[in-house]
Amino acid sequence: MITIDLKLFVTLSKYLPEDGGCLEIQKGTTVENLILDFGIPLDLVKLIFINGKKEDLGYQLDHNDRVGLFPPVGGG
Amino acid sequence: MGTSGIEGRYDRNFNTLSLEEQTKLSASKVAVIGLGGLGGGVCEMLARVGVGHLTLIDGDTFEASNLNRQLLSQEHLIGVFKAQAAKDRINAINSEVIVKHLIEYLDESNLYERIKNADLVMDCLDAIDTRFMLQKAAFKASIPIVSGAIAGVTGQVTTILPGDKGYELIYGKKGGKQSKGVETKTGNMAYCALFVAALQSSECFKILLDRGDILQNKLLIAELWTNTFDIIDLV
Repeated sequence: MITIDLKLFVTLSKYLPEDGGCLEIQKGTTVENLILDFGIPLDLVKLIFINGKKEDLGYQLDHNDRVGLFPPVGGG
Repeated sequence: MGTSGIEGRYDRNFNTLSLEEQTKLSASKVAVIGLGGLGGGVCEMLARVGVGHLTLIDGDTFEASNLNRQLLSQEHLIGVFKAQAAKDRINAINSEVIVKHLIEYLDESNLYERIKNADLVMDCLDAIDTRFMLQKAAFKASIPIVSGAIAGVTGQVTTILPGDKGYELIYGKKGGKQSKGVETKTGNMAYCALFVAALQSSECFKILLDRGDILQNKLLIAELWTNTFDIIDLV
């Protein structure tokens, strides 16, 4: 198992477990697996960033990764 | 500096800015597209600091729901064109700024013509599909875009230079077909709008003055409930 820090932004935050964003997951889990495991509709996630860098759905999560999932924000 | 010359107007800009930089700003031309929560704050800050030429574009009129956050909106201006209110506001705070206001919505047919003479365009739009159109027009005109967007208490800012991938990195290729984001569910708060407008204005000055670090190929994300501020490398 590995530990990651997950942050879900704006409307995605409701999918975060009540015990917070520090999670234990299986090593080798991809971002896509993570999104689906949490029941987040894939089309709501526009931007994935890991440790401050944009990544894609296929990224394999590593120990201590800081993961951010961001929806489309377009208001002015 | 300028023509009508209120002496001392820019005293407090010094020595954050040099006289040479202040003069450069006076000669600069910026187009502000969208005069809502972001655009109202942006044009106020650009005019006060001393950008000499502003083109202010929006086809919309004020409604009651704008009053919670849009700096240019006032109770007695409900029903009035935002571009007219913006021009009046800028004239009142800095008569040295040459203001051109355009009461119209922009699309692929007119965007390029409206921005082609600007040095830089401020994206204060509220629709994602129009942002993609703006990028195309700005690339044709070879000018930078400083883009801001908000939803609730979350905001984002980036700078797009001609030839960059730009919005595709944020919204995806299919994002260009999408009009609205999650702001339709969250609404928008005044302090987030003005915070993002301030960051956009800062980017604008850095680009015009070729100074400091800009958010090219980076996205600054601010989330104000948790005081989270991230700068994401997009490439």
